[in-house]
Amino acid sequence: MLKTRIIPCLDVKDGRVVKGVQFLELRDAGDPVESAKAYDAAGADELCFLDITASHEARGTLLDVVSRTAEACFMPLTVGGGVRTVADVRTLLLAGADKVGINTAAVKNPELVAEAAEKFGDQCIVVAIDAKRVSAANETARWEIFTHGGRNPTGIDAVEFAQKISEGGAGELLVTSMDRDGTRSGYDLALTRAITDAVRVPVIASGGVGGLDDLVAGVRDGGASAVLAASIFHFGQHTVGEAKAHMAAAGLAMRLDP
Amino acid sequence: MSGQTVAIIDYGSGNLHSAVKAFERAARDAGEADTRIVLTDAPETVAAADRIVLPGVGAYADCRRGLDSVPGMVEAMTDAVRRKGRPFIGICVGMQLMASRGLEYEETAGLGWIPGDVGPIVPADPALKVPHMGWNTLAVDRAHPLLDGIETGRDGLHAYFVHSFALKPAEPADVVAHAEYGGPVTAMVARDNMAGTQFHPEKSQRLGLALIANFLRWRP
Repeated sequence: MLKTRIIPCLDVKDGRVVKGVQFLELRDAGDPVESAKAYDAAGADELCFLDITASHEARGTLLDVVSRTAEACFMPLTVGGGVRTVADVRTLLLAGADKVGINTAAVKNPELVAEAAEKFGDQCIVVAIDAKRVSAANETARWEIFTHGGRNPTGIDAVEFAQKISEGGAGELLVTSMDRDGTRSGYDLALTRAITDAVRVPVIASGGVGGLDDLVAGVRDGGASAVLAASIFHFGQHTVGEAKAHMAAAGLAMRLDP
Repeated sequence: MSGQTVAIIDYGSGNLHSAVKAFERAARDAGEADTRIVLTDAPETVAAADRIVLPGVGAYADCRRGLDSVPGMVEAMTDAVRRKGRPFIGICVGMQLMASRGLEYEETAGLGWIPGDVGPIVPADPALKVPHMGWNTLAVDRAHPLLDGIETGRDGLHAYFVHSFALKPAEPADVVAHAEYGGPVTAMVARDNMAGTQFHPEKSQRLGLALIANFLRWRP
């Protein structure tokens, strides 16, 4: 039986982890490779690097991080941030990423997703959707895609886009609620559910985890195939093992390999 | 097997670092530190290797074109594997390439080593998502040396899958193990000196390293 995945996400800037892992005595908490090894040992099901490096010139640093991680960790790795071309996708895959996340570029140019899927297979193309609720409380819920860290509205309906892009080459969707991100008030379950119901591909819930019950709700109520979280793991609030035990106790199928 | 050489074929298919590292690690774990793991795009190196690994990440047609673009590679592989009987393992699309043909985006000829087609996964339960992505257990259809000592079944270890297409062998006897995902999805095939896994042993932690170690010791 396929298990629900727990995916810690590390923000990487200029080759260094932003808000580094602080739950273990790491020699260097800012080193993404050290953090990746720690999560590998802790039983994370996948790992996600989100590159937030501003300049395109610093891409070499990221590639080095990805290749050193792939050499040290036998766990699946998704890398996103700043991917604009099919060549960017190829470079990351060759460096050792198993899946590549495409965000703003997929919104501007859905054809990029189709081309990358045809070249590398849809299974390695993750489209990241950052959405904000734009309907009033008394209206039918509606979410719009925002780019540039939630600053720029696009006028594109998030659920419609999810449907279209998943039929057009995305093998997985990473759905982040920009309303909840950083609030620790739980995933936007209505958003997650609206998208999981609308698409055939797996959905990763993201944005707003404050505790372990939020992870359970993301799967049970949101319908997500995987849950992504950052701070609850990085700051030692919970271990991946605790999260898995909690989710298993709630009746979810988890991988509990020794 | 002391001092053996294992050729991992490099034909421009993504992510070979972790495959190389996983084979090196498994060789050390198996007490065969003098095993040489070579990432190569040279047909003569493949021809001379004791064991051959065909990885593969990507779309079927693109991988096939990549393999064909290395002059003499398919011939060298075929000679070493089919005529000389060298142990061979295909991983993910590398396993799918062993089939007669692939039906992803366009119809593409495979190597024809394991008769059957590679077609889309269609789970009986429409609520199940495609790609089949993540960690699943293995249901063993027949014993195989590559699975020796590995806990399989519902309560066994997990293997990492990430695929939208699957190989359906024409001969049921070629299937060694499957994963349950709205019906059986072929997880591992084998015939004679050839084996293939749909899952990624290099990403499958304990199960994967144990399987690779078994491959390095395998004497078909």
